[in-house]
Amino acid sequence: MNTSLIDALFVFMLAAFIGFEVIRHVSPLLHTPLMSLTNALDAIAVVGAIVLVGEKKSTFALVLGVIAIVAATSNVVGGFLITDRMLKMFKTSRPSKP
Amino acid sequence: MTEFAGSQYVIEIIYLVASALFILSLKWMSSPATARHGILAGEIGMVLAIAGTLLHHGIVDYKWIVIALVLGSGIGIPLGMVQMTAVPQRTALSHAFGALCVTLVGTAEFYLRSPDVPKFMMSVLSMEVILGGLTFTGSLMAAGKLQEILPQRPITYKGQNLVNLLLFVVAVGSALYLVLHPGAKIFFPIIVGVSLIFGVLLVIPIGGADMPTVISLLNSYAGLSAAAMGFVLDSKLLIIAGALDGSSGLILSIIMSKAMNRSFTNVLFGAFGQVQASAAAGEESRPVRSATAEEAAAILLAANKVVIVPGYGMAVAQAQHKVRELYDALTKKGVEVRFAIHPVAGRMPGHMNVLLAEADIPYDRLIEMEEINGDFPQTDVALIIGANDVTNPAARTDQSSPIFGMPILDVDKAHTVMVIKRGMSPGFAGIDNPLYYLDRTLMLFGDAKQFVGAIVRELSGGH
Repeated sequence: MNTSLIDALFVFMLAAFIGFEVIRHVSPLLHTPLMSLTNALDAIAVVGAIVLVGEKKSTFALVLGVIAIVAATSNVVGGFLITDRMLKMFKTSRPSKP
Repeated sequence: MTEFAGSQYVIEIIYLVASALFILSLKWMSSPATARHGILAGEIGMVLAIAGTLLHHGIVDYKWIVIALVLGSGIGIPLGMVQMTAVPQRTALSHAFGALCVTLVGTAEFYLRSPDVPKFMMSVLSMEVILGGLTFTGSLMAAGKLQEILPQRPITYKGQNLVNLLLFVVAVGSALYLVLHPGAKIFFPIIVGVSLIFGVLLVIPIGGADMPTVISLLNSYAGLSAAAMGFVLDSKLLIIAGALDGSSGLILSIIMSKAMNRSFTNVLFGAFGQVQASAAAGEESRPVRSATAEEAAAILLAANKVVIVPGYGMAVAQAQHKVRELYDALTKKGVEVRFAIHPVAGRMPGHMNVLLAEADIPYDRLIEMEEINGDFPQTDVALIIGANDVTNPAARTDQSSPIFGMPILDVDKAHTVMVIKRGMSPGFAGIDNPLYYLDRTLMLFGDAKQFVGAIVRELSGGH
């Protein structure tokens, strides 16, 4: 159990640093879609809920898990949808300037 | 998840690919040109991860999973179709949903495993539900404030910081106890309950104008709680996604608080924005110069360089499309029009950009504060629509002002300043703005949408 913990900590640290580096370069123009995108990605938590509901180890876990899946999925679908809508709107100046 | 059955290898490889796709997704968000690839990468990663999870050998029944997935999609679609002006509250709501998912899973995991919970797991589990719980209710409060269901002025009471501190101590203390005695189930609901209350009390005293920082912080917490869940479930995919999210939110919060020149502690505990007694009481009888749409149109027409400063008021009045008509009308007459975007204009980071992009304004006309501030002395007209505190010169000089030190747009250096505002009431810092009393400033009183519409009519009618 202990080596897997250390591995997990390494992964966390590396991911945090990668996150900093990658996000730093996101243009302020896109901060809003960035936030809705990271929200949608966050909903990856749904995989934990899926296992919970699928394994059906107790009714309590089942109920909580179902609510959790609903909440997370709504984030995934809604988040990607709205981020896509936002990004479609960003256009450059039309080439024909009078 | 520690036994590696055959299918487990497949799942882990899928998770590996999904993690890489998530990182690419964020990387491609760095510019509008590549951003849409970023979404695609994220979507593929997510679908892969979910599909991979369905292969999990412990799953006995798929019925409820499918029902829940369909239900969730059904709720997600209308949420994804909201108007751009509603994006801040929708974002806050989605933080709440994300935190809800994490908290529920953490709770279920606890009750499934107790009393057999190793110390480290109990610690991360507690972190998961504490962060998740407070983010859930905190985000709901934020969404309520943004939707204006809750009052936007800070709601404060004496000793609130002490109460918050006490709640936090109770939560952490209970968690510590549980780490040592994982069978003491009664403490778990205490942790969750206290965190939920803490979330409410944490966000209620924060004013509407501070929401950009708060939403970013909540974004970060939601990510960190997901990472904690990753530690509990030994899922590197979750740890990576949570860490990426957490650092994204953290960076945005830092940018936001630097842009307001206030520290986190000040935002969270400073109850900023109660209308200063002096500003409210002395309803200034100082004269301001005002102008009509006709006069404004004439001034704009005579200008070479115009900078428009949009603010939350423009969003509220839904004036962005009229502003686009103004941009078009002026550009056709040969006037150079650009937009100065202050980092905290609006109610969430980048909000103004999205609103203006929605109105079809080309994004290369949207200039950040640092880039455009040096140009104001050469600007003929600065037109301020629905922005207040970000243009307040008192931030430079008045040490007693609550916004002292906050970086502002130097609009007072332009040759002429025109401000579209409904009245003389203070902005969210609750203070008066000396900009309005300058000789070079003309107040254009009225609703942003109507006034800009009137200017556009003047521009097209007269010539």
